Amino acid sequence: MAKNDVKLLGVWASPFVMRARISLNIKSVNYEFLEETVGSKSELLLQSNPVHKKVPVLIHGDKPICESLVIVQYIDEVWTSGPSILSTDHYDRAIQRFWAAYLDDKWFPAMRRIRGAQGEERQELVDQVVEGLALLEEAFGKYSKGKAFFGGDQIGFIDIAFGSLLGWLRVTEKLGEVKLLDEAKTPGLVKWAESFCADAAVKSVMPETEKLIEFSKLLMAKMKGAPPPKN
Amino acid sequence: MADEVVLVDTWVSMFGMRVRIALAEKGIKYEYKEEDLCNKSKLLLKINPIYKKIPVLIHNGKPVCESLIIVQYIDEVWNDRSPLMPSDPYPRACARFWADFVDKRVYDVAKKVWTTKGEEQEAAKKEFIEAFQILERQLGDHPYFGGERFGFVDLSLIPFYSWFYAYETFGNFSIEAECPKIIAWAKRCLQKDSVASTLPDEKKVYECVVQMRKRFGVE
Repeated sequence: MAKNDVKLLGVWASPFVMRARISLNIKSVNYEFLEETVGSKSELLLQSNPVHKKVPVLIHGDKPICESLVIVQYIDEVWTSGPSILSTDHYDRAIQRFWAAYLDDKWFPAMRRIRGAQGEERQELVDQVVEGLALLEEAFGKYSKGKAFFGGDQIGFIDIAFGSLLGWLRVTEKLGEVKLLDEAKTPGLVKWAESFCADAAVKSVMPETEKLIEFSKLLMAKMKGAPPPKN
Repeated sequence: MADEVVLVDTWVSMFGMRVRIALAEKGIKYEYKEEDLCNKSKLLLKINPIYKKIPVLIHNGKPVCESLIIVQYIDEVWNDRSPLMPSDPYPRACARFWADFVDKRVYDVAKKVWTTKGEEQEAAKKEFIEAFQILERQLGDHPYFGGERFGFVDLSLIPFYSWFYAYETFGNFSIEAECPKIIAWAKRCLQKDSVASTLPDEKKVYECVVQMRKRFGVE
C-alpha cells in the first residue's frame, strides 16, 4: 500500500493518537503522520473532523475516520493479514470493548482531574483511580492467563486503550506527587506496563515522561494565563 | 442447544430500549427482568458491579454491559438475520462514530433540559437543538441514518423520541419546529414493529419524569 494512502492527523502528546499509531504499527501499515500544531487546527483537520475538530483522524484514501477506539477497530477490520487486535470470540470482544469504554468514560477523566483538584475532591479522585487500578489488576489476572498482555501473547484492544494512558499516568504521579500504580498493590499491572512500553509497536510512539511533564506544565500555564471564558 | 437470554432493564430507559429493539429485530426470545433503580437487586449488583446500571444482557449465564456494546454483541452473535451494522469497515466505523456522538452530545444535555432551570436550562436547550441539527444534516435525504435501511445509529437514537414530549414540556420548546426532519425520521422508524413495540407511550414517560424530578428535588 502506498504510504500516502494512509494519513494520521495527530499530536505527539495525545494518548488517543498513540492508540491509532500502535494499531497501525501492529499491522505494519505505512502511514504519513501529520503533526497538528498545538493551539491551532489545520484546514485538513477541520474538514475531516468537522463535528469534534479533534485528533486523531485517520484518513484512508479520502475517507476520514474519527474517535480513537473507532479508528483502532477500523484498522483491525481492514488490515486482516496482521495480528488481531480484538478477539475473534464475540463475548471476549464485548469484554474488551467494556474495559476500553470504562477507561475512557470513568477512569481517565478522574485521573486527569487530580492535578487541578484540592482537598476532599482530590482525595476522592485519587481513591477512584486507585480503585480502578485494582479492578484492572483483577481483569489483567483473568484475561492475560499468565501471559504478558491483556491480549495474551500479543498486545490487544485493552492493552492499547490502557497502555496509551500510561504516559499521562506518570505525569500525574510526578506532578501531582501521588503514587497511583503501586507495585505492592498492583504487581501485575506494574510488570504489564514495562512489557507494554518495551513492545516494538509501542516504543517508537510512547513519548518520554520528561517531555510530557514539560508539555503539561506549559498547558497548565497557558490555561491559567488564558482570559476567563465568555458565558 | 437453546440460548438462554435474559435482559435486566427498566422500561423507561432509552439505553434499555436500544437493546430491546435489537432483540426484536433479530426475533430473539428472552426473559425480561424489570429493575427498580431506587432499590437495586442483588442480581444487578452481581452482574454489573462496576457501574451497577441497566441494561445488562445475560447470555447463557454471561453478562454483557453497556447498551451499544450489547447491541454489537447481539448483532455479531445472531449474524444470520437482520444485520444492524453495515458489512463494510468504513460505513461500520461511521455508524460507531455517530452512535458515540449520540452518547456524548445528546444524553447529558438532554438530561439537563429536564433537571435544570433558568440559564442552565436555556444553555442545555441550545446545545440539544444544535446536536439534533448536526444529526439532521448527517441524515440528509436518506430515510434512515443507516441509508435505505434502519441500522445501528437509528437504533441508538430512536429511544430518545419517547422522551421528546417530556423534554418539550419541561423545556417549553418544540423540537419539531427546530428539527422537522428528525421528527419525520422518528415517525418513519415507528412504522417498524421492533420500534413501535418497544418505545413506551410518551405520556407515561412524562409522568415518570415528573416523579424523577420530585426525587431529584428539581421542582
